[in-house]
Amino acid sequence: MHLKYESQLREPLVYGNKTYAQVTEDIVRPIEAKPSRLWYIGFYIAVALLSFGAYSVYREVTYGIGQWNLNKTIGWGWDITNFVWWVGIGHAGTLISAVLLLFRQGWRTGVNRAAEAMTIFAVMCAGQFPIFHMGRVWLAFFVMPYPNSRGPLWVNFNSPLLWDVFAISTYFTVSLLFWYSGLLPDFATVRDRAKTALRKKLYGIASFGWSGSTKHWQRHESLSLILAGLSTPLVLSVHTIVSFDFATSVIPGWHTTIFPPYFVAGAIFSGFAMVQTLLLIVRKVFGLTDYITIGHIDLMNKVIVLTGSIVGIAYLTELFMGWYSQNKYEGYTFWYSRAYLFSPYGWSYWGMMACNVISPQIFWSRKMRRNVFVTFFMSIIVNIGMWFERFVIIVTSLYRDYLPSSWSVYYSPSIWEIGFYLGTFGLFFTCFFLFAKYFPVIAVAEIKYVLKRSGESYKPAFEEIEAQPFEAFVHEHAHTH
Amino acid sequence: MAQKKFVVGCFDEEKVLFPAVKQVRTAGYKIKDVYTPFPVHGLDHALGMRETSLHTAGFIYGITGTTTAISCITWIFTKDWPLNIGGKPHFALPAWIPIIFELTVLFAAVGMVMTFMWLCQMAPGVKKHHFHKRATDDLFVMVIECTEKTNADDLKALLASIGAVETDIQVAEEDWWFGTYDKENEILYKQVSH
Repeated sequence: MHLKYESQLREPLVYGNKTYAQVTEDIVRPIEAKPSRLWYIGFYIAVALLSFGAYSVYREVTYGIGQWNLNKTIGWGWDITNFVWWVGIGHAGTLISAVLLLFRQGWRTGVNRAAEAMTIFAVMCAGQFPIFHMGRVWLAFFVMPYPNSRGPLWVNFNSPLLWDVFAISTYFTVSLLFWYSGLLPDFATVRDRAKTALRKKLYGIASFGWSGSTKHWQRHESLSLILAGLSTPLVLSVHTIVSFDFATSVIPGWHTTIFPPYFVAGAIFSGFAMVQTLLLIVRKVFGLTDYITIGHIDLMNKVIVLTGSIVGIAYLTELFMGWYSQNKYEGYTFWYSRAYLFSPYGWSYWGMMACNVISPQIFWSRKMRRNVFVTFFMSIIVNIGMWFERFVIIVTSLYRDYLPSSWSVYYSPSIWEIGFYLGTFGLFFTCFFLFAKYFPVIAVAEIKYVLKRSGESYKPAFEEIEAQPFEAFVHEHAHTH
Repeated sequence: MAQKKFVVGCFDEEKVLFPAVKQVRTAGYKIKDVYTPFPVHGLDHALGMRETSLHTAGFIYGITGTTTAISCITWIFTKDWPLNIGGKPHFALPAWIPIIFELTVLFAAVGMVMTFMWLCQMAPGVKKHHFHKRATDDLFVMVIECTEKTNADDLKALLASIGAVETDIQVAEEDWWFGTYDKENEILYKQVSH
């Protein structure tokens, strides 16, 4: 007689009773197949957007920041909005790879490769904005503290704008290293299956000669764990430093200590929404629904409703403090410039509230969390809402601050500013389409690692063990590591 | 370039692999390595490998980053060109914490990855002899080095009896080299018997 309890909470991480060979086949086959027509269409659209973006950037570099309709006092408009938006999106990938590894969440294996790729491409897009918003882009190297012949003139280490330079560069480098070191064994898998000499050569170079040796795996696991341990505070610190760009200023609506946790929660919120958007398409197009299961979608939606609620609480806290502080400038910024629907930018504030606070509450319902169409629609809404959050923060605080005689005319973006933003979409999707075609979109080795313990085949295998007599069970399974 | 003789045994289940490893080791053979498609939990201990010290190296690199950041910024802002920035003190450690932290992480990460590559002898273009194509797919490939005293056929038979699904004897290059796979594999790898 066995005492047995079957948990209702844990679903299989991999459906379909897969063997290791099937896992390899399912994930690597799309890389070896010719690209489909849909891929070509998407890729060409992305390249077109990227080209328009390149031309927009050319306009700005040649004719100046005025091309973006930026002027006193709105010195930051769509440029920094987009920067913070892209960086925020990037954070989810690191969270899934690093934080979920530290929390021993096996379900990360289905989604971490694509999410981490999303991070790399999002940070590449984000980095375009601080670089090009400098105006004199050809002097961008001025931000680097190196011994020079101008004094030597150093950078201002006390400024959050410089902390950003270090933070974003470090974040990009560490994310790239973490992602690529995870890719090495998977490239080796593709290399060993390669049918043409060119593929074998290219994937051979990409895999750095990975052999699968146990000693190398031992070091690889240690490396992944430490990189995850480093990436976790990195995620928190990078978006905190980005929030300091605003929090260390003095203008109402910006000068607040709530920004670091508020920004980090918002970043995770928008990042997970973007991961959902991408993965819902990838799993369908590549037929990987056995690996990126509805359980994964469910869990990510739980994170979305959690972080969306945190962001909502932060909005309400800010509104409350705008009143409670009795500071008339804070009160004006929050209760007139933002919350009053018919003020010049009130529409953007209420759009933000609707998208970020009200709409994700739908994910309290299990049925909605597990519905692919609702999830896809909601993920777009959340991303739009989070864009508006950064827009609201930047523009409403800049266009009317302390001195009414300095208040600005209504700011709206120019075509070149919009073009730059669309160009980053082009960059992101060009990179992502190339990633989806030539790289394994799921971490093959990691799926195999969790396959026997968490795949659908676990239950029948366990039933075999349960059928054994008691002594045989103890003899075979008592651990003597 | 050292060519050696190896006996290769391929297993497809963990529960067959672990007892097999134990038997081969107690029989006195030296297992060069077991090549697996994913990290198999407990295999490194079963093979008697020592724990890696990669994390210690990472810590040292991190501390290097911290010291570099603190000393450089301190010298720049207190000795070389101190500035009055909003009346803040010249030695403004709280303001430098973000950069100090970022540089710690950067040095630790880059240092660890480079050390990892160095230890595993991995780099773009490095080639090694791969004993079985499916070592990165679905087989656990045990490779035993043959000395003069080893009877390769006996060992092959032993491996087959303890559950190997495929066995092989290969004479191959032990070390790594630069080059292309297809061409030099011809020269450096000979299959001795099936």
